[in-house]
Amino acid sequence: MTAAATPAPGTNPDGSPRVHYLNAAYGLKSWLLTRDHKRIALLYLVSVSVFFALGGLMAVLIRMELVTPAGDLFQPDIYNRLFTMHGVLMIFFFLIPGIPAVLGNFLIPLMIGAKDLAFPRINLLSWYLYSIGGAFTLWALLHGGVDTGWTFYTPLSTNYVTTSVITVGVGIFIAGFSSILTGLNFVVTIHRMRAPGLTWFRLPLFVWSHYATALIQILGTPVVAIAILLVAAERTLHVGVFDPKLGGDPVLFQHLFWFYSHPAVYIMILPSMGVVSELIATFARKPIFGYKFVAFASIGIAVLGFLVWGHHMFVAGQSIYAGVVFSVLSMLVAVPSAIKVFNWTATLYKGSISWDTPMLYALGFIGLFTIGGLTGVMLATLGIDAHVHDTYFIIAHFHYIMVGGAIMGYLGGLHFWWPKITGRLYPAFWSRLSALVIFIGFNVTFFPQFILGYLGMPRRYHSYPPEFQVLNVMSSAGATILGLGYLMPLVYFIWSMRYGPKAPANPWGATGLEWQTTSPPPVENFKTQPVVTAPPYTYPAPTPSPGVALGD
Amino acid sequence: MPAHVRPVKDYIAVFLALMAFTALTVYASFVDLGPASTFVALGIAAAKATLVILYFMHVKGSTRLVPVVILSGLFFLFILFLFLAADYGTRGWLGVPGR
Amino acid sequence: MATEAHGTLAHHFDSLEQQKDSAVLGMWTFLVTEILFFGGLFAAYGLYRSLYPEVFRAASHTLSIQLGTFNTVVLIASSLTMALAVRGGQTGKGKLSALFLVLTLILGSTFLVVKGFEYHEKFVEHHVPGATFHFEGPDAVHAQLFFSLYFLMTGLHALHMVVGIALVAYVAKRAAGGAYTPENHNFLEGTGLYWHFVDLVWIFLFPLLYLIGRH
Repeated sequence: MTAAATPAPGTNPDGSPRVHYLNAAYGLKSWLLTRDHKRIALLYLVSVSVFFALGGLMAVLIRMELVTPAGDLFQPDIYNRLFTMHGVLMIFFFLIPGIPAVLGNFLIPLMIGAKDLAFPRINLLSWYLYSIGGAFTLWALLHGGVDTGWTFYTPLSTNYVTTSVITVGVGIFIAGFSSILTGLNFVVTIHRMRAPGLTWFRLPLFVWSHYATALIQILGTPVVAIAILLVAAERTLHVGVFDPKLGGDPVLFQHLFWFYSHPAVYIMILPSMGVVSELIATFARKPIFGYKFVAFASIGIAVLGFLVWGHHMFVAGQSIYAGVVFSVLSMLVAVPSAIKVFNWTATLYKGSISWDTPMLYALGFIGLFTIGGLTGVMLATLGIDAHVHDTYFIIAHFHYIMVGGAIMGYLGGLHFWWPKITGRLYPAFWSRLSALVIFIGFNVTFFPQFILGYLGMPRRYHSYPPEFQVLNVMSSAGATILGLGYLMPLVYFIWSMRYGPKAPANPWGATGLEWQTTSPPPVENFKTQPVVTAPPYTYPAPTPSPGVALGD
Repeated sequence: MPAHVRPVKDYIAVFLALMAFTALTVYASFVDLGPASTFVALGIAAAKATLVILYFMHVKGSTRLVPVVILSGLFFLFILFLFLAADYGTRGWLGVPGR
Repeated sequence: MATEAHGTLAHHFDSLEQQKDSAVLGMWTFLVTEILFFGGLFAAYGLYRSLYPEVFRAASHTLSIQLGTFNTVVLIASSLTMALAVRGGQTGKGKLSALFLVLTLILGSTFLVVKGFEYHEKFVEHHVPGATFHFEGPDAVHAQLFFSLYFLMTGLHALHMVVGIALVAYVAKRAAGGAYTPENHNFLEGTGLYWHFVDLVWIFLFPLLYLIGRH
C-alpha cells in the first residue's frame, strides 16, 4: 500500500474503499430483499452458523451420554432423537449448503469476472427456501424431533415411529429445492457469464469444484425428494410402496435414498477440495501441479459418485452380485480423490511455503481427508464392511471426511477470504492457535472411534459394554477441545469486524480475479470489466538459490 | 437477435405425427406382441418425446449445450434404472436366503 | 444487433442474447431435475410391474382407455397451441400469442376435468388404496400397489399441470399486454418448455398405466 498524499477517488485515507457492497445500502429491507450475491452469501453465513451450533449442541449431548457405559443421561428414545437431529441438521442444513452457499455464492461471480450470478432473484429465493426448510425442521426439533436416524429407513419411519417424520421430511424437501436452485444458478453462470478470455482451463479450481458440485445437486437431489414424498405418502395414505405386507420392498427406499445421499457426500467434500486447491497454490506460491488432472478429477468424482450408492446397503438385503458391482465401483471412485491429494502434495514440493492460518487448515485437510478416504476404501471391501457396518468405524470414517475434510476446508476458506468479504484482518496468533486446537481436538475425538468400531461398538446405541469406556471418555474429551476450537473463530471473527485492521485488496499476494478488486468489493464487483489473458496461479518463478551461477 | 422461427406448418406436421403415433400405440396394445409389447410401447413413447423435444421445445436449432444437458439427465436416470435392475434382477441367484 | 429498447436487459448481463441463452439453459437444467424427480416414481413402477406383471395388467384394464386416449390427444393438442403461442412471441404478435395461450389453458383444464372424472370413477369402484380398497380378482394386495402408483404418478403430474395452468394464465395476460418481443420473451419460452415437459411425462404415463397388454 503506497502512502499517497491524496487518496484515489472513492477511497478513504487508509486506502480502503469508501463505498462497497456492505455500506452501499442500509436497513433490514436492503438485506432481506437484496439481489447481491455477496449479501446473500452473508445471509447464508449467519443461517448455516446457527444450524451448525444447533447440530453441535446435539453432538455435545451425545458425547456427554457416552462418557459412561450405562445409558444414564437420556432415555433411549431421547438419545435416538439426539443423533437423528444431529445428522439432519449437520448434513442438510450445514454441510450441504455450507461452502457453496457461503463461499461459492460470494466468490464465483468475482472469480469469473461477472457482476452477479445468472439468476440473482433465484439466488435470494434459494436462501428463503433454505430458511423455510430450516424453520420446519426447527419446529419439529422443538416438538421432540425425529428418532429414525437421519437416514429415515423404512419400515421404521413409515410404519412404526410417531415422531415428526413428515415435518422434518418437508423441511428437508424444501431445503433440497434451495440446493437445486443454487446448483442450477452455478451451472448457468459458469457456462454463460465468464469474462472475455476466461476459457474453461483458465478457471480457478474452486470454480471447477463448484461446477461439479452443482451437477450433483441438480441430478441427485430430486431423487431423495421423491423418496421423502413416498415416505410421507406411506405414512399418511399407506400406499404400500415400501410395505412388505402390501407387496412393497423397504429396500427400495434405501435405493432411492442413497442414490442421492451418496453423491451428497461429494456435494459436501468437492467445494472443500476446491478451497484447498486455492489455498495450496497461494501458500506454496506455485501453480497447482497437474491442473487439468485436478479439474477433470472433480468431474470424475461427481460422475463416479453416482455409481456407488449400494455400498451403503451391503448388509441390507441387496443382491450379492449388485454388492460386488458397487464394491468395485466404490474403489474406483477413490482414484480421482487420490489424484487430487497427489497433485496437492506435488504442488508443495519446491514451493515457497508460508504457514498462515488458511494453509494450516489446507494441510490438515490433506492429512485427515487421506485417512478418511483410505478407510473408505476399506469399507468398500465387502468382507470388512459386513463386520464394521453400523459400528463406530463408519462414524469415524465419515467424520474424518466431513469434519477433518469438509469443515477444515470451510474454515480455511473463511480465513482466506475473510479479508475480501469483510475488508478486515483477524489476529494471526489466535487464528493459528484455533487451527491447532481444532486439529488436536478433532483427532482425539474421532481416532478412538475407529478402534471402538473395529472392536465392535455399534453406532446409535446410548449404552455400551464397560470395556469401551476408556476410548469413549477420550473421544468425549476430544469433543470438548474441538468445541473450544470452534468457538475461537466465532470470537475473533466478530471482533475483527469492528476492531480488525482494514484489509488491502490482496493481503495474501494471491492470483485470481477476486483479489483484483477492493476489499470489500464494490456492489458491481469490478470497476471495469476484467479481461483474462493468462492461466490461473501465475506466481513468479522462484529466484534461484545462492551458489548457482546465472548463465551457467 | 431472434432465432430462426419455424413456419406454422412444421408445428402442424409434428402434431399430426404425434397423433399418428398415439393411434399406433393404442392399436399396438391390442395386438399380442408377447414380451416385445413393453418395448414397442416405450419405443413409440420415446419417438413422440423426441419430436416434442426437438420441435416443440426448440432443441433443434438451440446451442450445443442443451442436448448435452438433456442427455446427461437421461443418462443418470438410466443409471438409476440399471443398478436397481442389477439388484432386483439378481436376487436369489446365490441361493442364500434373503439375498 | 438487439437494442435495449426492445426488452429489458438485466444489469448483470452483457447482451439480450446472453440473457436468453441463460434463461433457456436454466429452464432446461430445472427440467432435468424434474426428469429425475418423476424418474424415481417410474423406477418404483418399473420394479413392481416386473414383480407382479399379471396383476398390473388386470388392474390396468380397469382404467378407461377411451378417457386416457382422449386426454392424451387433448394434452398433445395443448402442446401444439403452446408452441404456436411461443411462436407468437417470437414474431412479436402478442395478441395472437395470448389467444393460443388461452386455448392451451382450456385444453389443459379439460385434461384436469377428465382426470377428476376418472378419479371419481376409481373412488366409486373402490379402487382407491386404503381402508375401502376392494379388487375383484386374485392378488388384490398387489393390485393395490398398481393403484397407489397410478394415483401417485398421475397425481404428481396433475399437480404440475395446475402449476402450469397458473403460469399459462399469467403469461397470457402479459402477452396480451405486449410484454413479449422477439428479442425478449424468455418467460414465455420458459413457460412453454415447462408445459411441454408436463406433456412429455404424460406421453410415458399413458402407455405404462393404460396400455398394458389389452389383448
